[in-house]
Amino acid sequence: MEHLSINDAGLPGAPPPGQGPPQQMMQPGPPPPSPVPQLPPQMFTTAAQLLDLTDKKLMVALRDGRKLIGVLRSWDQFGNLVLQDTIERLFVQSLYADIERGLFLVRGENVSLLGEIDLDKDDYIPPPFEQAPVEKVFALKKAEDAERKKTDKRRHTKLAEHGFEGEHSGEAIL
Amino acid sequence: MLFFSFFKTLVNHEVTVELKNDISIRGTLKSVDQYLNIKLDDITVVEELKYPHLSSVKNVFIRGSVVRYVHLPAAAVDTPLLEDATRRGITDSIEIEVRLSQFADASG
Repeated sequence: MEHLSINDAGLPGAPPPGQGPPQQMMQPGPPPPSPVPQLPPQMFTTAAQLLDLTDKKLMVALRDGRKLIGVLRSWDQFGNLVLQDTIERLFVQSLYADIERGLFLVRGENVSLLGEIDLDKDDYIPPPFEQAPVEKVFALKKAEDAERKKTDKRRHTKLAEHGFEGEHSGEAIL
Repeated sequence: MLFFSFFKTLVNHEVTVELKNDISIRGTLKSVDQYLNIKLDDITVVEELKYPHLSSVKNVFIRGSVVRYVHLPAAAVDTPLLEDATRRGITDSIEIEVRLSQFADASG
């Protein structure tokens, strides 16, 4: 990974000092467009975006609807993530439960979004939701998922009859 | 790269991102990268009670591949310039990028 700081200009073709003689030959051509004040390009990389989330407590929502809460320890440009001390939080109806999961390496394609948890309202869960025993929430969740799978499948078949291919092609995205 | 350049000009504007799982998140666009991954600050979630896992979250990184729509502030978009850029292809991409950022500066 490149270690550029925000203050580096990051201009292509400008070799850093001490790395060979500077290019004397200038390419003939139109003069470069007038410089406009803008942020350096390395501000707009996946690396720059994930760098300030490193070592923070995050809520990671996966494409299959799971919610993981853990500390981001490592990542790469594809959004592959390493999460430490992770718990999985199940929500069902107005109940929730936490399951200790431990260390995760999540393949980037399965990540939907990651949110930094505001430490001022750490683990705040809005009123109707109450913590319940894992077994109870897990059983309810299983039933809910099975029900959703059935309705999704039915919807998919109906749409397919009319020639519509679902956005997720039958894969439940929550 | 046109839309990457375009999104860069929208930094610090309020946008609403609708995901493929139907969640709509409104927030200040903080950053975007070449995959159109999006970082939003000070987020509010439409239908917050349906998505309780987001209630203690203030900024999010959204993977580009799960985005369905980005709702843009109309005032921050120079449609003729975008049309022009599309038709000219990538040959003048540097010039287009400069003009886009000039427009962004002018519109605040």
